Amino acid sequence: MKLQINVRNVVVALVALGLLLLPLYSAATGNIFILTLFTRIVIFALAAASLNLIMGYGGMMSFGHAAYLGIGGYAVGILAFEGIGSGFIQWPVALAASALYALVIGALSLRTRGVYFIMITLAFAQMAYYVASGLSRYGGDDGLTIYRRSTFGGLIDLSNRVQFYYLCLFCLFGGVYLIWRIVNSRFGMVVQGIRSNEQRMQAIGYHANRYRLVCFVISGTICGLAGALLANNTDFVSPAGMYWTRSGELMVMVVFGGMGSLFGPVIGTILFLLLEELLSQFTEYWALVMGPLLLLIVLFARGGIMGLLGRVGRG
Amino acid sequence: MVDPLLRVEKLVRRFGGVLATDNLSLDVLPGELHAIIGPNGAGKTTLISQLTGQLTPNSGAIHFAGRDITRLPSYRRSRLGLARSFQITSLLPDFTAADNVALAAQAHDGHSFRFWGAARREKHLREAAQAALNRVGLARRGDVPVSELSHGEQRELELAVALATRPQMLLLDEPMAGLGATESARMVALLKELRQEVTIVLVEHDMEAVFALADRITVLVYGRVIASGAPDAIKSNEEVRRAYLGEQHAVTSHG
Repeated sequence: MKLQINVRNVVVALVALGLLLLPLYSAATGNIFILTLFTRIVIFALAAASLNLIMGYGGMMSFGHAAYLGIGGYAVGILAFEGIGSGFIQWPVALAASALYALVIGALSLRTRGVYFIMITLAFAQMAYYVASGLSRYGGDDGLTIYRRSTFGGLIDLSNRVQFYYLCLFCLFGGVYLIWRIVNSRFGMVVQGIRSNEQRMQAIGYHANRYRLVCFVISGTICGLAGALLANNTDFVSPAGMYWTRSGELMVMVVFGGMGSLFGPVIGTILFLLLEELLSQFTEYWALVMGPLLLLIVLFARGGIMGLLGRVGRG
Repeated sequence: MVDPLLRVEKLVRRFGGVLATDNLSLDVLPGELHAIIGPNGAGKTTLISQLTGQLTPNSGAIHFAGRDITRLPSYRRSRLGLARSFQITSLLPDFTAADNVALAAQAHDGHSFRFWGAARREKHLREAAQAALNRVGLARRGDVPVSELSHGEQRELELAVALATRPQMLLLDEPMAGLGATESARMVALLKELRQEVTIVLVEHDMEAVFALADRITVLVYGRVIASGAPDAIKSNEEVRRAYLGEQHAVTSHG
């Protein structure tokens, strides 16, 4: 693959560089808040990137992606509560639990298409939400405070803001790289082919749902990692984090940045959370601005920000 | 007597009260080009859909290469060497012509649960794709997105995709649909070449093409076979004339 110099790639490179250098800026100016904010942004960007894998490349409109954030988070929280603090145990459990959930939900929901798929993924995520609310041992509705972040045997200290930020960034870049490899692999080509024309893919010999399901599980697993990171970031997990509005926000982030573009969800998440932060300083009705903005993007920039940048590049 | 490659036995398919396929039996011999004709609503597409696995028959059986495939899903039939083209062009519009064909080759080259290596750089897949594109006269159009190909080119690409699965049998559902005179002539020439290599079942409205190409013709009316035989026999068959050709006045003037 040739690297082309165009507006889009330059923006992507600058954003990536900015994310890498952010802790230096934070240290130089003593602005700790920005590091905290961007840690959150980077984690959500990973979740949005994972959603983009099924939504943008796989054509599966999952409206229940917040469930994985919750499952990954609860895996960390519950294990910490039960006295198992090692990330070497917590994180694999978080990933495995998310993968298993995705496997079951996917196997059931992938029998449907379109609106029904959206509704069934939403319904399952809401079930996960109510199950979490019912975990009275682990705080129920009020959620569960995590008193100690995951430990990695002295390799890395998650309580150190800068180290934690870089761990999140490493996961984000790793995740995006993984998705890039997947999208261009045999498997990725098949998944995109199924999005484009399922009947045709069946006719040339692909068992479409099998590929869809595997894609669904990969996406859920990556999002489970974001959930483990998020729980460590907030030192807290609660059912509220799995609520359907959170799933909606993830979808908006993906659409903002550009569905089916590799780095789009990262840009979309940065934009969404920065706007939310900025607007909520002025008004608690920040959604009043976000709504019309989303409308404009959907109406006039189908490919999101990345689509717009692509057009600027061409002419 | 050679065993037929495709054997359809007493196939029945109902839609509500309508018998779209009525106790239909049919043999296709290896190497032949077998045309299926019939007036609109005769159940040609319903038959093709059952042969490819999009529709399940209510009763009857379909055997392909000695195997009962009646209940096999379409992707498994493709694996056995049964390829189809669609009446209404059905390709992957977001992909290039070469990608479309390479994906077909990939489907028949081991499994596709490979997540790491770049598929577009797999040389033998690209070469297989290029070979199939050459075959149908699209040698120089590989890098063009499907949505930018002309209708005629898309019909040719449909064939290339089917060929790339290295089929034993091609089921072609009206490959000439919507083609102009020159494009049709090119398609006929192409099918003439392909029939040397692969058994073909051709559903077609273009009578000129059918009589130019077919070894045998089966005529369907209301889901039933009313005649089956060599083109000359079909032309002179009274029942066919009455039921079908008569409506169209003359065999060859229909286009």
